[in-house]
Parts: sequence; C-alpha cells; structure tokens
Amino acid sequence: MNIIAKPSKENIKTYVPIGLFLVSLSFLDVFVNAFFNFNLLGFLPSRLNYFLPLILGFIGFYLIRIEFSGVRYLDILNKNINSNNFNALLTLFTIFIIIKSVPPMLDWFILEANFVGNSKDDCKGDGACWVFIKVWFNRFMYGLYPDAEQWRINTAFLILFAIVGASFFVSEKLKKYFVLFLVFVFPFLGIKLISGGSFGLEYVESAAWGGLSLTFIISAFAILFCFPIGVILALGRRSSLPAIKYISIGFIELWRGVPLITVLFMSAVMFPMFLPDGTFIDKLIRVLIAITLFEAAYMAEVVRGGLQALPKGQYEAAKSLGMGYWRMNALIILPQALKLVIPGIANTLLALVKDTPLIFVVGLMELAGMIGLAKTNPKWLGMAMEGYVFAGLVFWVICYAMSRYSQNLEKKLSTER
Amino acid sequence: MSKIIELKNVNKWFDKFQVLKDIDLEVAPQEKIVICGPSGSGKSTLIRCINRLEEHQEGNIIVDGTELSESTKNIEKIRAEVGMVFQQFNLFPHLSILDNCALAPIWVKKLPKKQAEEIAMNNLKRVQIDDQALKFPGQLSGGQQQRAAIARALCMEPKIMLFDEPTSALDPEMIKEVLDVMVDLAKGGMTMIVVTHEMGFAKEVADHMIFMDEGKIVERAKTKEFFENPKSDRTKLFLSQIL
Repeated sequence: MNIIAKPSKENIKTYVPIGLFLVSLSFLDVFVNAFFNFNLLGFLPSRLNYFLPLILGFIGFYLIRIEFSGVRYLDILNKNINSNNFNALLTLFTIFIIIKSVPPMLDWFILEANFVGNSKDDCKGDGACWVFIKVWFNRFMYGLYPDAEQWRINTAFLILFAIVGASFFVSEKLKKYFVLFLVFVFPFLGIKLISGGSFGLEYVESAAWGGLSLTFIISAFAILFCFPIGVILALGRRSSLPAIKYISIGFIELWRGVPLITVLFMSAVMFPMFLPDGTFIDKLIRVLIAITLFEAAYMAEVVRGGLQALPKGQYEAAKSLGMGYWRMNALIILPQALKLVIPGIANTLLALVKDTPLIFVVGLMELAGMIGLAKTNPKWLGMAMEGYVFAGLVFWVICYAMSRYSQNLEKKLSTER
Repeated sequence: MSKIIELKNVNKWFDKFQVLKDIDLEVAPQEKIVICGPSGSGKSTLIRCINRLEEHQEGNIIVDGTELSESTKNIEKIRAEVGMVFQQFNLFPHLSILDNCALAPIWVKKLPKKQAEEIAMNNLKRVQIDDQALKFPGQLSGGQQQRAAIARALCMEPKIMLFDEPTSALDPEMIKEVLDVMVDLAKGGMTMIVVTHEMGFAKEVADHMIFMDEGKIVERAKTKEFFENPKSDRTKLFLSQIL
C-alpha cells in the first residue's frame, strides 16, 4: 500500500500548503544564495545541500499537482508549468537560472557601474563604465557633424516628430496632407537643412554625418524609397507582359543574390569608375541607392506573397466593375495584399534598420560604426562591451517600436469579424 | 429584332480541351435568359466570355454594339455596362458595404463622392440591406453579402446583368431572399443572363431557357415549351433528374 497517498482532492487541505511551503523554501534558498551569498541550508552535507532546492521544489510541485482541484489558480498553475514531473523540473531550472542571473546583471549594469567622471580612469570596479557612453554621447548621436551646427539635425528631427505627433490629433482630411508633406516634401527639406550649402547655412559634407542621426536618415530614406519600388517590382513580376515580367524577375534575383556588403562596396568603390569624368555623386547618396534597391528586391517578394494570397475572385470582381489594371491594383488588390503581409513588411524594414551598420565598409559611421571608432581610441580601450550593449539597447528600442507599430496597424486595419 | 448581345460562332479552348463549341446566341434588350446544364458544360465560361473575364479564341462577341477584342478600351467600356454577380460574392473585404458599392462609380464613372454614395444607398435600399451599409462584408450573412454584391453591380447602372450561379454558395434559407431580389430586378426590365439550377426561378422570370452540354448549346426554347416539351433527349434526361 502507499505510504504517501497520491495527491488528490481528498488531501488537498494538507498537501497544497506543504507543497507550496516546499516550493517557496526552494526558491527562497536560491534567492538568498544568489543575492546575499548566504547559504540557508549550509548545515547540511555539501553535496545534498547543492541539490536540495531542486529536490524540495520537485517534491513540492508533486504535492500540489492535483488534477481538477477546483481551485482556479492552482489549476492554471498546474496546467501551464506543472503538468508532469519533467515540466516541473524545467520550471524549476528556468526559475533558478533567472534568479541566479539577476544579481550579476544588476551589478554590472547599475550597482557596480560607474556613472561619474569624464575619463577612463574614473571607472573602477567590475561594473560597466557608462562614463564612456556619456563622454562620447554627442559623437554617437551626431557623428563628426560640427557641434555648432548640430541644432540643424535637432530641428529637422523635431519637425519630423512634431508633424507625426500632430497627425494623431487632426482630422482625417488634414492628416492626408500631413502624410503627403512627410513623404514628398519633408525628406528633401530635412536633407537640405542638414547638408546646408544655401540659405546662409554652412555646407556640411556627408562624410561628417554619422551616429544615430545617420542611422535614422539612412533608414528613413531607404524605407521611403524601397517600399514603392518593391511594390512595383512585385506587380511587374506578376505582369502578363513578358518584357516587364522578366526584367522584374532579373532585377529581384540579381539583388537578392548578392550580399549587401558587396553591394555597398561596389557602390562606393567601383561605381564611380564607370561614371564619366567630372561627374560626382555623393557617397551617401550612392550608398542610399544601393540599400534601397537591395531592400526593394526583398520587399518585392514579400508583397508578391500577399498578391498571391488573394483569391482570383477579387481580381474578377474589380475587372467586372470596369476597373483597369492600375485602378484595380490601387483600390482593391494592393490594400488587401499589403495588409496581409504587414508582418513580412515589418520584418524586412527591421532587417533594413539593422543592416545600416554595414555602411562602415564605405567609411560612413552610423551609431554602431561610431562606437566601433570610439572603442579603438587609445584613451578608451576596452570599452567594447559598454559600447555594444548601448548600441544593442538603442537598436532594440527602435526595432521594438517599429514592431509595435506594425502590430497596431494590423489590428487597426483588420476588418474581419 | 434588335439585339444587345450577339455571339457568333464562338469557340474557346482551355489548352487542348474545347470548352465552348460553335456558340451562337442573341439576346434582345430586356430579355431574360436562364442557362442550365450539367457541371462542366461551359455555362459559366460562356457568360464570363461576355465581359471577357475569359477570352474566346474564335468567333465574335458583340455587346451593345461594341465588339470584344484585344482592345483594352473596349473591354473596359463593356465591363462598365455589364454587371456581374459571382457565386462566391467577391465583395471587397477591406471596404464597408457602402464603399464596396460606391467605389466603382467614383473611380470608373468619375462621379462625385456624394452622388456615388447616394446611388449606392438607393441600390442598397432596393436589395433591402441599407441598414447594413456601414458594416464590412465579413459581418454579413451569405444572403446579405450576395444582395450587397448585386447592389454593387447595379451601382454602375449596367444595361446587362450576368449571374454566375448566384445562389449555389448559399444556405437553403438564404436562397429565397436573393432570388426575390433577382425577380424584382427582372420585373424592372433588366436584361439578364442567369446561370442557375433554381428551376422555380427560371419558370417565373425567364423568357428563354438554354440547355448546355459539353460546350454546346443543345437546346434553346421559350421557357414554357422548354419545361413542358423539351426536344432533345439530353435535355429530357437532365430535367428528369433535377425536377
């Protein structure tokens, strides 16, 4: 006969408190161990002591695993993280690892990190040296852009944010003009403001641009241009006219087949050789065109996926109402196809933003490039960790924001019940 | 007899398979024709050729004085005059019912938005779903969707309406509401070509019946004669099976 009865509804009153106590005890032990370096159960033999939290937690989880207990939270808990012995073990391991890894992270990021000072010598201890980020912050944001002229970048971005912000509060009709302004006027206005050369603004050559602002500039322009080109390529690939179809296929397969880094390199080094003498295209513009065309090829395939997912009936219904090719695509097909592939589009655009650091191969330094430059400064050697953690965080914030935006858009445009 | 649709010696192949064989058909204005026949007999293909959702390879199709050819301009002109209702409704799911109806008048006929919406509302009232105008297609029942699709076609104020098995995808209890709308439309004097298996509807509204089999028009007759005294054996067999 069983000495210990199987956990069931009859013994719920005794088993659940004991089980919960054992589980909490195991967590408490690991917690105290990790945070205060104190071994609660240190009086036990060392080998047993090492595994004890696991054993206690395991027994505890076994005791509270009561099927259909009728207690809502207990059922949810059992169903999700404690459905059998193996899952209980996995749960314990996961929680232990999380508890164990918090203190070192906390130490490095905050507790033992250095925030004050203005040179590497001010950084002591094992923690992060955030002084590095603080001192170089200006460079990370603006690159080698002259300090006195940085207000121009700030103004350009402030105007951008102001317009985007305002567009949430104005009527639908006005919103349309805002969007048109943002897409067709602002990019060129902004670039003029930042590059200068007229209206009494000092000319700042694009080689001096850099840092996060350059990341934004390149991403924004590439997104702006690669999207329509991608859509046209996608339509082209499905065209019934052979010339257009095969040109589109050729373009897409060519650009998809080469690594971005070689495209960038060619645009910077080889392309100028083919230009007639005396003509000059700014390096930044060449790089932008390269990234745009590269990402457009990917975008085209994403959009084509959406076009193919639409039932034939949608095309037929549009045609039967007398719509021609362009009206059918603009009014019926693309709105639906693009909506279907929002996740794919977001994917491509996120990849685009994260590909921008590659422009270092042609000597342009956006955020990650600037950090790479700063960490090789003799006075700041050994700061790679801080720098790349910072870059990672910034990129994560940007990409997460884009991802959230795409999810919201998906929800907003959903017309299914 | 004046005619609004004329098909002369039309042949069509899907690859090597001939779907339409020597089709000759004339339709007078305001005439109502019901096409029936076994599946695969080419009925749908026939009416889809009339607004060139399918291309015919031989013969002539003349709709309201305009011949269907490669000319995109002609095709779009004819399509704007010929309304079509599909088995699967094919409403545009990203637009409200009202926008579904007003879209083509605005963009194809270039009517001002307000006028187009007025026309849309009138037609929605005609098919009795004006109270659903602001909903999206996905929120409507099948019968309502098909009525909306009829209203959408009517908004272009077509001279001819083509129906491609409009009730085949509907639940039995929704068939009647769609047929009622179609009967109403027929009484209003619309030229209609209907592919359907609803023989009750056919008896009520059709002037002529056409029976097709294996890509050929086997029999064309006045409705009464068709049901009471079919000439060909194939027609007799078909009718005996579905009546």
